[in-house]
Amino acid sequence: MKILTGNDLKSGAVIWWDGENWSLHVDDATDVGTHGEEIMAREEALRQVNVPYMIDAERTDDGVRPSHIKDRVRALGPTVRPDLTLKPQDPQALDWVI
Amino acid sequence: MYAYDKYDQAMVDARVEEFRDQARRRLEGTLSEEQFKPLRLMNGLYLQLHAYMLRVAIPYGTLNSRQMIALADIADKYDRGYGHFTTRQNIQYNWIKLEDAADILADLSRVEMHAIQTSGNCIRNISSDHFAGAAHDELVDPRPYAELLRQWSSFHPEFTYLPRKFKICVIASEKDRAAMRLHDIGIQIVRNDNGEIGARFYVGGGMGRTPMIAPMIRSFVALDQLVTYAEACLRVYNRYGRRDNKYKARIKILVHELGAEEYTRQVEEEFAHLLDVGVEPPRAELERIKEFFADPAFEDGPKTLDRSDPDFALWVDRNTHRHKHDSYVSAVISLKPVGGIPGDASGDQMRVMAQLAEQYSFDEMRITHTQNVVLPHVRIADLHALWTALDQAGLGAPNLDTIEDMIACPGLDYCSLANARSIPLAQRISERFGASGKTAKLGELKLKISGCINACGHHHAGHIGILGVDRKGVENYQLSLGGSEAEDVSLAKITGPGFTENGVIEAVETVTDVYLQRREGEERFLDTYRRIGMEPFKEALYD
Repeated sequence: MKILTGNDLKSGAVIWWDGENWSLHVDDATDVGTHGEEIMAREEALRQVNVPYMIDAERTDDGVRPSHIKDRVRALGPTVRPDLTLKPQDPQALDWVI
Repeated sequence: MYAYDKYDQAMVDARVEEFRDQARRRLEGTLSEEQFKPLRLMNGLYLQLHAYMLRVAIPYGTLNSRQMIALADIADKYDRGYGHFTTRQNIQYNWIKLEDAADILADLSRVEMHAIQTSGNCIRNISSDHFAGAAHDELVDPRPYAELLRQWSSFHPEFTYLPRKFKICVIASEKDRAAMRLHDIGIQIVRNDNGEIGARFYVGGGMGRTPMIAPMIRSFVALDQLVTYAEACLRVYNRYGRRDNKYKARIKILVHELGAEEYTRQVEEEFAHLLDVGVEPPRAELERIKEFFADPAFEDGPKTLDRSDPDFALWVDRNTHRHKHDSYVSAVISLKPVGGIPGDASGDQMRVMAQLAEQYSFDEMRITHTQNVVLPHVRIADLHALWTALDQAGLGAPNLDTIEDMIACPGLDYCSLANARSIPLAQRISERFGASGKTAKLGELKLKISGCINACGHHHAGHIGILGVDRKGVENYQLSLGGSEAEDVSLAKITGPGFTENGVIEAVETVTDVYLQRREGEERFLDTYRRIGMEPFKEALYD
């Protein structure tokens, strides 16, 4: 699947396109198929997202998993500071990244 | 240390307000990201893996407690309670909001700090010896010259859009504690045969994807021509440095392609021209700056220690450095606790360091390029009290220049350029060697880890270097041996095929075993490597 990501303009937070809006959680990401460029152009013009780009991902039993480790680190947070990730209580979360 | 005059303050304050307006326009949408990016980068604001990242300049690594407390307050108020001290003697914050950035710059300005020229193709923060002004072996304090160059290079209109970024280092001792020859310009203050003090220029060093050791292009420049000669070096680079290919745009490539001799000839020609033009700042300005770096009021006191506490004795042996006054030492606060993140300090830890600097070190601190903090002037009589306080704050790790005292870049945990994570390797290696007791057996061993070829973790200059690479989407690590950033500067050589994360940790264990088996006398790892060569290490790693 193709999903969209970028950063929130004000906060810089990593965000994912959920089909209607931008979410902090990669599991909310939706397959944009062939519409990625069009959505990115529109959303960037509306300043809903900064520096958007499209990536490959797959939907697994555990949710949406970006294909590249860099985007998995972005989705979760720094692996060396579990307390600063989006899943600070989940000890398995780091395994998902690697 | 240097204090802003009204011109310095006015320039920085004006820049804060200029950026505030730029950020406002970006948030309102009248500036696109394409338009805004170069403006924010000029103020040290990057967009990194998780958020905006702000890099704050700490000129030649020197700061006082008021400034350190301001850095701590920024960490707590605007970030997530910590900062990361970098290999350029700066500090970075990883979780900055664009809407807060101008307020942060204003807070910095109130303590005479800024983030100007911490990014972009300009002259970056001038680096120097972290023991400057304190070391027993320095000829003079190099910081007044670094400050003069800072003032010359700040907002220099001719050098704001260089072919690539540009890094200058100034030292004043034979011992190189600042990786001087791995800078675009390395300046060593020296004494010539006539007993005069001057500057030796090395030009065209650097790490990155094409590491090079800077050749010496002039053995002696009179100090009242220092800026003029630096300007000549920059002018030739600005004129002929490649702008068509960013990977070939650093001055090291120009010096290499022209040849040091031809580059020098052109610099000398330009230098002669500039001497006629008269670009050197008035001597009075240098003298004015020097006054800020006068020695504090050292007092005679005890010169020996009670070493009956073995933990304290170990810390003294490893983490203190001989001072020019025999009643004092320079104490290094390691930001490398076993299993910790190299260079990270919490807001509370920064406040502790600030308070201890005020109490024990004439209110001065230095940031080292090895991501530690120095209290430069500590009375020997105060050392035990200082160590006790540091230990209580989790800042008493006795591991300077050991394998646990690693340089590691932020890597893939934070950096958008990185290919692999650096910090987890540093954590696992320090835990492993710390737990086994092997650290002490190994003695001085400098291990440096970079998460990509840009080499912010100085892996080319590590006795042992590790470079993270992307191998079809999986982290992989190249091992290299034999580098040094000191006065015996050398570039490390790759051992062979790369390793997995677990594999490279085993590989570090293996090469240190080879060293322990083969070392003679007091040889360091680097000495043994240079004597026996790569082959025994390769055999142990790959056969």
